[in-house]
Amino acid sequence: MTRAARRRAAAPASAASVLLVLLCGCSPPAGSAPAGSAPASASTATLSVFAAASLTDSFDALGRQFEEAHPGVTVVLNAAGSAELAQQILSGAPADILATASDATMATVADAGLLAAPAQVFARNSLEIAVPPGNPGQVAGLADFSKAGLLLALCAPEVPCGASAAAALTRAGVSPDPDTLEQGVTSVLTKVRLGEVDAGIVYRTDVLAAGGAVVGVPIPDAQNATTDYPIAVLAGAQHPALAEQFVALVRGSGQDALREAGFAAP
Amino acid sequence: MPRGLWIPAALALAFLVLPLVALIARAPWPSVPELVAGSLPALGLSVTTGLTTTALCLLFGIPLAVVLAGSDGWPAPLRRVVRAVVTVPLVLPPVVGGIALLLLLGRQGLLGRPLEQLFGVTVPFSTPAVVLAQTFVSMPFLVLAVEGAVRATGRRFDVVAAALGASRWYAFRRVTLPLVAPGIASGAVLCFTRALGEFGATITFAGSLPGVTRTLPIAAYLGLQSDPDSAIVLALLLLAVSLIVIVSLRDRWLRGSA
Repeated sequence: MTRAARRRAAAPASAASVLLVLLCGCSPPAGSAPAGSAPASASTATLSVFAAASLTDSFDALGRQFEEAHPGVTVVLNAAGSAELAQQILSGAPADILATASDATMATVADAGLLAAPAQVFARNSLEIAVPPGNPGQVAGLADFSKAGLLLALCAPEVPCGASAAAALTRAGVSPDPDTLEQGVTSVLTKVRLGEVDAGIVYRTDVLAAGGAVVGVPIPDAQNATTDYPIAVLAGAQHPALAEQFVALVRGSGQDALREAGFAAP
Repeated sequence: MPRGLWIPAALALAFLVLPLVALIARAPWPSVPELVAGSLPALGLSVTTGLTTTALCLLFGIPLAVVLAGSDGWPAPLRRVVRAVVTVPLVLPPVVGGIALLLLLGRQGLLGRPLEQLFGVTVPFSTPAVVLAQTFVSMPFLVLAVEGAVRATGRRFDVVAAALGASRWYAFRRVTLPLVAPGIASGAVLCFTRALGEFGATITFAGSLPGVTRTLPIAAYLGLQSDPDSAIVLALLLLAVSLIVIVSLRDRWLRGSA
């Protein structure tokens, strides 16, 4: 009887506390520590790195390098479209480092005063046409992107890869006839990989990273657009010192890994 | 009702309402007309594909619901499998649904490859692909709503109609359907609003091209990456359309059951 009464009383209260936890847990205030990290002790720390999707593999490797050199430190990589990452940070996502695939997206974060120090370019990337193995659409260059009979994927002009693709197409004097304008370079690549489109414009590094799943058709330098990859420590960083060291790694000995992935020197 | 329920109930209500309040509070009202004008193609596409989806769901979902409602006599394993299949799109992340559709109807897909080779038809990246993606995710809402309604009315009216000489079709059209009309209406509303909000399956299977496949939710997501104001306005538009549908249809068709 008493137990039943207590349970009756406890249920709404515990439900309320669950909801409160949910409410608070969904968006921790910018200053709070991410779960699992202990800012008080220097030995264990979680470094949160927001990096453009095209950096996924290289930053994964660099993150492991960094963890080996700094025992107790865990590097958590959030790889997504640059514009999406910038938007997440503008909305208060807790992060230590931001690396984007364009100066323009970095500028939106810098303009909001969220960078600890000005961003520095650590790599450059150029574009390449990705086609499925066997090149079913017989795509030879940017000129093919005006063919209505081909299924073509580009990034939307609002995201960095789309802005670069638009610049390259303009330079080549081609007015494209795309079938889809994707939100990020990864989705363009996926559609090429699945053979659902005849060609897509992605970064050179994406073609390399995809291995044999897609084939690259080079874009001549005269038409190609290069993008800068800036990196910066964020003003709200939980571990500014560690973040500085990670940036030093990316700009220093980490350059080899980036070069291997197909990035050009800054 | 225990008094203690009021606190979590109020919290639940606040949790549902406050995000919408924030959306309305942050809306860039002076530039709303201009931004709305810019998003008319996405709005038009969303409404037409949503209505087409609802029509398809009614056409195929009502028969499925009626069949399911009469499935009690089936062998238990078969019944469970069919029920699971109908429910899966409800719990499946829509992106997964989009990938599945791509693997079925894409150019390299199970059905898509013969479709292209025999008829030269490619389904993805087209407006019909948007409708298919929306139908996949919203059909279960209609089926479950209508099945519940059919089960609730029971079979006794059918039996009486048959005893009075009505054919099965006649009884279905003139007895069963009118009896479950409220269930069909609420199912259709759920179906349309779910289709209107569809994002993951659509962007995966149909892509995103203005005027062809870029529906309101996709435009809102893209807008958030470059122009948050336009994203807010697009979200408001979605909210307005959903509210108009829910409020007007509830009053007109669902008065008895609401």
